[in-house]
Amino acid sequence: MTAPSRSSKSQRTETEDAGPDGVAARAGSPGAGLTRRLGSAQEVWIGLVLVALLVVFSLLEPDSFATSFNLLNLVADAAILLLLAVGMTYVIITSGIDLSVGGLLVFSGVTATKVMEATGATSTGSLLLGVVVAMLTGLVWGVLNGALVAYGRIPPLIVTLGTLGMSLGGALLLTGGVDMRAPGRLNLGLGLDKFVGVPVIVWISVAVTLVLGVILAQCRFGRHTYAIGSNSKAARNSGVLVNKHLVKVYALAGLLAGLAGYLSLAKYGVTGVSAHSTDNLQAIAAVVIGGTSLFGGAGTVTGTVIGVFIPAVLQNGFQILGVKPFWQQVVVGAVLIAAVYLDQWRRKARDN
Amino acid sequence: MTGPLLEAKGIEKSYGHVDALRGADFTLMEGEVVSLIGDNGAGKSTLVKILSGVESPDAGQILIDGDPVRFESVEQARVAGIETVHQDLALCADLTPAANFFLGREVLRPGLLGRLGFLDHAAMRTRARQECERLGVRLKSDTVSVSTLSGGQRQGVAVARAVTWARRVVFMDEPTAALGVVQTERVLDLIRSVRDSGVAVVLITHNMQDVKAVSDRIEVLRLGRRVARFSGADVSMEELVGAMTGALEQDPAGSDSNGLDDPDRPGTAEPRASGRDLDAPDTGALESLDEEQNR
Repeated sequence: MTAPSRSSKSQRTETEDAGPDGVAARAGSPGAGLTRRLGSAQEVWIGLVLVALLVVFSLLEPDSFATSFNLLNLVADAAILLLLAVGMTYVIITSGIDLSVGGLLVFSGVTATKVMEATGATSTGSLLLGVVVAMLTGLVWGVLNGALVAYGRIPPLIVTLGTLGMSLGGALLLTGGVDMRAPGRLNLGLGLDKFVGVPVIVWISVAVTLVLGVILAQCRFGRHTYAIGSNSKAARNSGVLVNKHLVKVYALAGLLAGLAGYLSLAKYGVTGVSAHSTDNLQAIAAVVIGGTSLFGGAGTVTGTVIGVFIPAVLQNGFQILGVKPFWQQVVVGAVLIAAVYLDQWRRKARDN
Repeated sequence: MTGPLLEAKGIEKSYGHVDALRGADFTLMEGEVVSLIGDNGAGKSTLVKILSGVESPDAGQILIDGDPVRFESVEQARVAGIETVHQDLALCADLTPAANFFLGREVLRPGLLGRLGFLDHAAMRTRARQECERLGVRLKSDTVSVSTLSGGQRQGVAVARAVTWARRVVFMDEPTAALGVVQTERVLDLIRSVRDSGVAVVLITHNMQDVKAVSDRIEVLRLGRRVARFSGADVSMEELVGAMTGALEQDPAGSDSNGLDDPDRPGTAEPRASGRDLDAPDTGALESLDEEQNR
């Protein structure tokens, strides 16, 4: 889909006729070739930025930054956000947005905790029931988002802003505003478990990300996701069931938020009712930094992975360097604007 | 030739207070090119949307091979063998030509991977390229997105896609609107070769030259009704324009007695143009237009 054009030279010689459009195409193709290369290179560029950050921090603080302990911590911190960002990638590729993910995460964590408490909270069965409940809760909210967007024809920004408020408020109602503690066995078990030296939470996040990355790039589900974001009318006219697909995409984002809610319980041990109100913005920033277009139709999970790690590495590196952590917010904001500017510029060049 | 392949009777459609179609009729025979013409707002695009399943009519009947059908979706029209090249919303610009070609009917890998929904990229690319080449649409590369193609190439891809999948009818809504002279000629050739392969074509266009160049028959819509029908070879530009603007009315089915909602309709229809119908398309050939046919 985003494979680079081989060379603008061959494009020029093969461009079809001598008609007015042929001329226009010929005049346009060097520029088009250039923008194609830049477009497909956005992940590469942003990947290079990430590598550069890693190298710089490693050189500056080799003894504290470039240690497996620190890097594992960094990855573990990013793992839960990664799940939200992967779901967000699908949503944004359909030219939608999901502001509700943080709320769904908290709400799912709360329902899962309630159910686990009610079922004893010590047995494996109870903990497994917890993950099922968390994911189901997220799924239901996601289906609600999708149905309102697809069939209610309400802009996704409004729908998910509404469900963000509903889910965060609902979580506060369920808990009475006091954070609930996760079952000890979950917090000390899954929260600390490692496999080959890497936290199990990271493995789960990596596995989910891989599967969804492959589906987006290689499967019909992904193809339809791009098609809807690129031109939903054309997709509908081509026989893509646009509304059903949109519901599935928002449901997927909700499902991932539910899973993230459970993993967050395991990792932090509390439901964190007031700690997730900016998760949506972090996830959106990661997706957009990773080269996914807010206008839909373009983006990759690979880009999103990089987009998640740039803010994470900055934060971690600044902390170690002793730079005020506030700088991280400033720098991430600037990177975000730069990424969107690049996307706009690319689209403008393309559409001419 | 037996009865019509596709027939629409008394189609009505309103959007809010706007009556786009007010009892429109349309007839299409097997293997012919019919141009559907009319001034802006005559209801051409609406009629095509209804006949291709994009919208449903408020009233009226659609018959295929004489049997009434109801298209609830594009999918159902496709199953009936009807494809459409839409005016401006034909392709997904971010996808490759092959992806657009197979959008909604993706080829999956054989075996387990296919059942998991994995796409067979290579097969789709090869097939799309073959079909495009067969129809004379040359693509510089099949790995770049449609957004990098010229207007002519995009239209070529859209037309090739519709033609490949259509078994009975292709609707083409302004297929030459964005094209230069050479590409327009290509599309017209394409229309002829589609007809020769046995698929009927309905051409919607403002370009009277195109209409006269390829049409076997011409149907004229005005203010949401069919007002005239002509055989393609022997119609003059004046007659077409007259029918489109209302200076000339012909089709009795389209002018059902009450002219209340249509104040600027003239009271008398031109008698000269009447009396041509589907069963005798060649009668009344007043002018010899051999050069039009040969084009």
